[in-house]
Amino acid sequence: MESAITQFQIIPLQYYILFCSALFSIGVIGVLAKRNALVIFMSVELMLNSANLLLAAFSAYRNDPAGQIFVFFIMVVAAAEVAIGLALLVVVYRSTHSIDIYKLDRLKW
Amino acid sequence: MQLISILLLVFPLLGFLTIGLFQRQMNRNLSGILASVTIFINFVLAAFLFGYVTSSNQVLEVPLFDWIKFADISIPFALTIDRLSALMLMIVNGVGLLIHIYSIGYMKEDESVNRFFAYLNLFIFFMLILVLGSDYLMLFIGWEGVGLSSYLLIGFWFKDHANNNAAKKAFIMNRIGDLGFLLGIFLLFSTFKTLSVSDIAAKASLMPSGNMTLTIVTMCLFVGAMGKSAQIPLFTWLPDAMAGPTPVSALIHAATMVTAGIYLIARSSVLFVLSPLTMNVILVVGAVTALVGGLIAIYQNDIKKILAYSTVSQLGFLFMALGLGSFSGAMFHLTTHAFFKALLFLAAGSVIHALSGEQDIRKMGGLRSKIPFTFALFIVGTIAISGIPPFAGFFSKEVILTAAFEHGTAMGVFATCISLLTTIYMFRLLFVVFFKPAGKDFKPAHSVHESPKVMLYPMAVLAILSTVAGFVQLPKLFSETQGFDNYLAPIFAKANGLVAASEPTLSVQTEWLIFILPLCVIALLVFYSYNRFVNAKELTPATGIQKVLADKFYFDEIYDFLFVKPLGFLSDFFRQAVDQTIINGFVNAVGNGTLFAGKRLRRLQTGNVGFYLVIMVFSVIAILFFNIIL
Repeated sequence: MESAITQFQIIPLQYYILFCSALFSIGVIGVLAKRNALVIFMSVELMLNSANLLLAAFSAYRNDPAGQIFVFFIMVVAAAEVAIGLALLVVVYRSTHSIDIYKLDRLKW
Repeated sequence: MQLISILLLVFPLLGFLTIGLFQRQMNRNLSGILASVTIFINFVLAAFLFGYVTSSNQVLEVPLFDWIKFADISIPFALTIDRLSALMLMIVNGVGLLIHIYSIGYMKEDESVNRFFAYLNLFIFFMLILVLGSDYLMLFIGWEGVGLSSYLLIGFWFKDHANNNAAKKAFIMNRIGDLGFLLGIFLLFSTFKTLSVSDIAAKASLMPSGNMTLTIVTMCLFVGAMGKSAQIPLFTWLPDAMAGPTPVSALIHAATMVTAGIYLIARSSVLFVLSPLTMNVILVVGAVTALVGGLIAIYQNDIKKILAYSTVSQLGFLFMALGLGSFSGAMFHLTTHAFFKALLFLAAGSVIHALSGEQDIRKMGGLRSKIPFTFALFIVGTIAISGIPPFAGFFSKEVILTAAFEHGTAMGVFATCISLLTTIYMFRLLFVVFFKPAGKDFKPAHSVHESPKVMLYPMAVLAILSTVAGFVQLPKLFSETQGFDNYLAPIFAKANGLVAASEPTLSVQTEWLIFILPLCVIALLVFYSYNRFVNAKELTPATGIQKVLADKFYFDEIYDFLFVKPLGFLSDFFRQAVDQTIINGFVNAVGNGTLFAGKRLRRLQTGNVGFYLVIMVFSVIAILFFNIIL
């Protein structure tokens, strides 16, 4: 186990941080800038996964398994959220026949 | 014994609650009988207590409960039954009982008769609290309570706005007096640290005569008495109070409530005796009131208003008696006045009932043969009030006139003239209503009929009392029967002991003169009135100075100009400037501001999901920023 960890620690931690930040930003931009509801869901997943990766990286670099345990929690939440979100999307599609989020504009003053 | 005293308060209260709460369901006849039964039980209890207090010469103290108790101040709710209270108990319950029975007949056709008897019982309850209270605060509770009952009963027929105005006038004028009374109570408390009447009397008797604090206190208490007992300047409510039903006028405004002021001063006799300035003020105010009341009464044309101004005049006479230091004389005249004034009011009610609601004496006449019983009762009342022996009024007035002459010849002559005014207006009333042949204005709605027995019997009892009640105290000229003085002697012993030693006693010749001369003048006046009023064709309209008297010395107009109109302007100003502009403006501004903010904030709800997502992301960033970085 220690050899795998020491192999991991050859790559400096900053690379992981930068990489996950970039992934998170891409996810944020995808949520804000896309019209397709499925793409927005994917971007949300991307953000969650970037957090997962960062947690795993910190767990490896500090020899603390708590980070990886937390990844499990996040994965559970992500799975549940996807289930509900897709179910909602199916119902919305049935009434509006589109997955363009700009078509859901009736709840305004 | 203590239980009996407590029961005295319980029965009228129960009567009020029962009749009042079940007004709509209760049978109309039942309410009158129930109310009369409660007062009858009260009367029996009062008679029992009266006998006990008279025979054992003890003062009964009945503490009920500790009412106000903090630090070292304790004001208990307690009853005191001494001879003065017992006397008032008998008057209130006795005359009250007779008037309840009378009202059963008088208010028979009225639609709200249940409410009437509930209010009557409430009045008796509060009057008993006033009479039985052992400290000034309890007396004040009863004081306020009878003012309230008076308001409710004057405005009994509330659908007519004139009655409501009269009720408001009575209550507000009472209130002005109550302010003085309250100030007196505050001063008493700060001076003596207690409000119990007996304690204050004990402590005050150690003070020198003419003490400034005592003078101010007694002046304040007298202001209270002025409001309640209709002295100048707070008397104009009493004639207006005739808007209420006649039994109310008889009970409240003749026999009981208006005597509360005199009772207060008699109770505080020690305080008043030590303030000669206040006694002089009382004397002057009483004299002026008696004079003004009598003069106005001569020129009134409403049967109840004549009796009302007569009450004002007699109350002034009573205050004169108090001012002269003749406390037991005042109580004696109070008792006899209760009898014959209630009789007169009830008889007037009988006349009004017979004529189906007519109250203007110019439209009456020749009733002597049509309603003979009422006529007989009215004659008894008139003779009693004029002070003709052997009826009760003579004896009680004799005591007061003797006290006046002892004060000084001028005062005595003045007092005699005032009591002669009574003769003039009362006999005018008697002759015009009963003797004068009916004029062209006599148009009764139904045939003139005698009152039912339930109304006549109480009046008969009062007539008998007006005849014999005087014999308890004969003038010193004739015998030593000084029943009344002896009865109340223990009460006023302390006060009389504090007065400077001996007043000049009158010679026998003067006493005979005081006795004979007024009688001759009365006889002359009766003959003159007969010629003037019975044989004259019409009651001539008043001109010149008579018009001033007929218009009641313009008191109401002056008060209207001085107080009512300025207050009206002030309240209009406050309504416009403060209420409408400032307060309404503020409240409306708050509402408008909310609407305005809403209009602007509404624009956030665009319905654009992408916009919402942007706001969400930026909010999260902001929260994180402010929590972690800052």
